[in-house]
Amino acid sequence: MRHLMRPLDFSVEELDKLFDLASDIEKNPARYAHMCEGKKLATCFYEPSTRTRLSFESAMLNLGGSVLGFSDANSSSAAKGESVSDTIRVVSCFADICAMRHPKEGAPMVAASRSKIPVINAGDGGHHHPTQTLTDLLTIRSLKGRLDHFKIGLCGDLKFGRTVHSLINALARYESVEFVLISPDELRVPDYIIEMLNEKGISFKECTRLEEAIPELDLLYMTRVQKERFFNEEDYVRLKDYYVLDKKKMKLAKEDMLVLHPLPRVNEISVEVDEDPRAAYFKQVQYGVYVRMALILTLLELV
Amino acid sequence: MLNVGKIEEGFVLDHIEAGKSMELYHLLQLDTLDCTVAIIKNARSEKKGRKDIIKVECPVDMLNLDVLGFIDHTITVNVIENGVITEKLDLALPKEIKNVIKCKNPRCITSIEQELPHVFFLADPEREVYRCKYCEEKYGERA
Repeated sequence: MRHLMRPLDFSVEELDKLFDLASDIEKNPARYAHMCEGKKLATCFYEPSTRTRLSFESAMLNLGGSVLGFSDANSSSAAKGESVSDTIRVVSCFADICAMRHPKEGAPMVAASRSKIPVINAGDGGHHHPTQTLTDLLTIRSLKGRLDHFKIGLCGDLKFGRTVHSLINALARYESVEFVLISPDELRVPDYIIEMLNEKGISFKECTRLEEAIPELDLLYMTRVQKERFFNEEDYVRLKDYYVLDKKKMKLAKEDMLVLHPLPRVNEISVEVDEDPRAAYFKQVQYGVYVRMALILTLLELV
Repeated sequence: MLNVGKIEEGFVLDHIEAGKSMELYHLLQLDTLDCTVAIIKNARSEKKGRKDIIKVECPVDMLNLDVLGFIDHTITVNVIENGVITEKLDLALPKEIKNVIKCKNPRCITSIEQELPHVFFLADPEREVYRCKYCEEKYGERA
């Protein structure tokens, strides 16, 4: 039995298989519509995350399966003081696979170590969110046709944004991916990422102005400055509008540059960009469902 | 000159960094053993200038080498049998240590689930970096 805890749990070869499956699901949804009949997905969400939870639920329903679960800790036995270890033992009796989100880092790993069913980490605090990384990779692979030989700009909160760290680590495994890290000084990417890029001899540069970087990019990954990552309201207010992508900046970009965003956006991408054919962030949400469908089928060993 | 008597069966931990012996004493849980323990602090050392030494009279298998290796793998471990040194044990950085140190990350699952063992794994042997098995937070202050 296998679980998914970290973005790099799957090898590049295993990811290729997963993405091939996700692409086939996209092309032939009817072929997969009944593959999970009789199977149940438990969504154990100890903190609210509507989009991720609905994406998992949609994925399971698309496969003909059923869903059950809870969407915040207060409506679960955690409010009574039950441990994650006990909860997963109980959930294992009700469902065939579990997607777990928890504010505490490592909670899904604790669950996986006690579970009789596959556990998917659906986000554990600021630690990992592997299905977001799989979503990002599938989106790039589907829309660019490859996961190598391109220049990607990552913009915004590069310090606290776990999706950015995971994506850099994941893309660093592919050939000739160059990184442009665009952030205010306060929100620069952590040193361990820079060390990893240096150790692997991967080309990257850091800059502070989006306008300067945008013309050379094949992909632009925008991120939200997350309020919950700040201890201080003043810092948040000062930094949140630092980088806003608008029509004017999009004019500087290549004609085939894709804009990705893990969502939800606040105001870092102006709504006027939504109509631009290069805006791929809503397509990204759809790819998130396909990749979760592929993941559920893989972990349940139904393919 | 301070004289500490010979031990018949047990071990002598030599070349401990000066001042670290009490920490070692607690981490090795020597306080829980019903045996003779001698702690010598700030002894003269040709190699280090000053060093600590711990002598323990007890069966050698009671010594947790992983804890010792984690704290300082340069410590010399002399095994004593019938009053003489029979073996010098090599210490290595353990791949994993359990319930020796605690994760201090307030966002770690171990901060709310008290019954979980605190497990750290050796993430970078070159830099001697240990990380929490659950949240992967680096253990900042090496003993």
